[in-house]
Amino acid sequence: MEEENEEYTIEVEKLHKRYGKLEAVNGISFNVRKGEIVGFLGPNGAGKSTTMRILTGYSPATSGIAKICGHPVAANLHAIKRCIGYMPENNPLPNELRVREYLKWRAKLKEIPRSIRNEKIQLALERCDLMRTSDRIIGKLSKGFRQRVGIADAILAEPEVIIMDEPTIGLDPHQVIMIRDLISNLRGTMSVILSSHILPEIEMSCDRVLIINGGKIVGQGTPQELREVFINATTYELEINGEQQVLNNALKKISPDLEITKFSKFDNCTFSDVEIRGQGQHDYREEIFNALAQDDAIRVRSLRRRQAPLEDVFLAATRRSWDTVDNQIAIAETEEKTPQDSSPANKPQEDSVEDAVSKK
Amino acid sequence: MRHFFTLLRHELWKLFISPSTYIAAFLFLLIMGFMFQWILDLYTSNPQDESPSLTFFKSFFIPVFFMVPLLTMRSIADERNSGTIENLMTTPVTVTEVILAKFSAAYLYYITLWFFTACFHILFFAYAQEGSTIDPYPIFGGYIYIAISGMLFLSLGIFASSLTSSQLIAGIVSFTLVFGFIVGGSSLEELIIVMEPRPQWLEDLSRHTNSLEHMNDFSSGVIDTRAIVLYISCALTALFLSILILEYREGGA
Repeated sequence: MEEENEEYTIEVEKLHKRYGKLEAVNGISFNVRKGEIVGFLGPNGAGKSTTMRILTGYSPATSGIAKICGHPVAANLHAIKRCIGYMPENNPLPNELRVREYLKWRAKLKEIPRSIRNEKIQLALERCDLMRTSDRIIGKLSKGFRQRVGIADAILAEPEVIIMDEPTIGLDPHQVIMIRDLISNLRGTMSVILSSHILPEIEMSCDRVLIINGGKIVGQGTPQELREVFINATTYELEINGEQQVLNNALKKISPDLEITKFSKFDNCTFSDVEIRGQGQHDYREEIFNALAQDDAIRVRSLRRRQAPLEDVFLAATRRSWDTVDNQIAIAETEEKTPQDSSPANKPQEDSVEDAVSKK
Repeated sequence: MRHFFTLLRHELWKLFISPSTYIAAFLFLLIMGFMFQWILDLYTSNPQDESPSLTFFKSFFIPVFFMVPLLTMRSIADERNSGTIENLMTTPVTVTEVILAKFSAAYLYYITLWFFTACFHILFFAYAQEGSTIDPYPIFGGYIYIAISGMLFLSLGIFASSLTSSQLIAGIVSFTLVFGFIVGGSSLEELIIVMEPRPQWLEDLSRHTNSLEHMNDFSSGVIDTRAIVLYISCALTALFLSILILEYREGGA
C-alpha cells in the first residue's frame, strides 16, 4: 500500500458522474505517477472538466474511487486540497484586485508559511513572467496575462499535483512556448494534468496522453503508442520524375502493403508530388529508395517519412468512439420506440396533411 | 477557523476598494438625513409625545428593505456566477469559514453605516433648546436593536445569495424574506383571518414576532431577551442553512 502511494500521485478507478440522464463520466480509470505530465484530450463535452473537478473535490463523483497522494477525495477532502493546485476552466479571477495582492491572498489561503510567502510569490511571478505586471489590476489585463496569473496561482504553493483546465487557451505563440517550458520544468517534481485543444502543445509537453470521448477513455499512452494503435500506417512523401504506373509497379515489388494515395504534378515542373501509404509500422524508406534508384524510368528528388500528426490520432480515436456511442443511442432509441409506436398509422397521416399544406 | 480572518480581511478589502461601497453609503446617509430632517419638520409644526430620535428609529425598516438585499445579494451569487467560487473552494478553506466571513463583512459594513447616523442625534442634541430634557438612553436601545436585528436580516440575505447564481434572484429573495419577516411578523394577527375567533396562542405568537413592537421596547429602554433569542437563533438558522447549501453545491460533499 505504501509503495503504491508513493508511486502514484493520482489514482482513479471506475469513476462515474451522472447529471440526470447524462453520463458525463462513464467509468474512467487511470493512474498518474509522481512527476509525470499527462494531457487530457477530447472533444467538447467529453468529460474532461468534469473529471478534473472531481479530482479537485469541487464536485462529487456519483461512484468510483479517486485518490490524490493516497488520500481518497471523497473521504479526505481537506487533505487533498493541500496537495493540489487547480486552475479552473475559463480561469475565473477577481477583477478588482492587483496581481500581487491576489497571489498574496491565495498564498495565505494555501497555508504557505509567512516566512517564505513573499519568496514563493516572487518565484511564481518570475516563473510566469509577470514581474512587470505584478502591480496592475487583474480586470484590466489582457487574456494572456490573466491566463498567466491563473497558472501562477496554480503553481504558487508548489503542490504535488497540478490540475490545469486549458492553460494555454488564448495565449500567443511566445507565451505558449513559455508555458510549455514552465510545464517541462515541473516534470519530475510535480504531477501535472492538463487539458488542451491544441494538439501539438500536448504532444510536446506531455509524457502521456489520455483521449476521452463520451465520458470514456478511448486511448491512452505516449503519442507514439497512440499512433501505433489508432493509425497503423506510415506515410511517405516523395518528389519524383516519372509515371504513376511505373512507380506503382516498383512499389508492388517491395511490398503489397504500399499504395499511392496522392500523385500530383507540380506546376511548370517535370516533378510530381507523391504520397505513399504503407500499412504497419515497418520503415520502408530504404527499400523504396533502393528500388527507385535502380529503376531508370524514375528519378527521385526527395523522400521522407511523415509521422501521423496527433490530430489524426485524435480524430481517429474520437470518431471510433462516436460510432459506438451513436450505435448505443440508436439501439436505445429503437428499444424505447418499439412499445410506443403501436399505432404506425398516425405517421403517414401527418405526412399527408403536411404535404397537403405545402401544396396549397 | 484558521482562514476566517484571511477571508474576512479579503472581503473587507474588496469593499474598501470598490466605488459602489461609497456610493451605497452616500445614498443611505442621504436618505436617512432627509428622513431625520422631515421628522424634525414634523415636530416644529405640532408637538409630539416622544422624542424625534424615537420616531427616527421606528422607521428603521425603510433602509433595511433596500440596503440588506443590496449588501448581501452579491456575496455568494456573484462568486458563483463568475466562477471564482471554484478557485476558492479548491483551497483548504471550509464552507463555514466562507459563509461566516461573507456574513461578518456585510455585517460590519451595515453597522458602520448605522454608526454614521449617530451624527444626526449628536447634531440634534447640540442645537436643541436650552433646558429641554433629552434622554440619550432610548438611542442606545435603538442602536442595540439595529445591531441585533441586523444579524438576522443580513443572514437572511446571505441565505438568499447562497441559493442561486443570479444576483437579481438573490436580491428579490432576500427582499421577500426581510419584508416577510418585518411586515408578516408584525401583522401576523391580522393576516390570519381564517381563524375566528382568534386563538390565544396566535396572539402570543404575534406578540413575539412583532419587530415593530420590539423596536418600541428597545428604544424605550426595555431590553427584552425573548426578542434577542428570536433574532439570534433565526440568524444562526439562516447561516447554518447557507452553509449546508454551499456544502451541497460547491463543497464536494
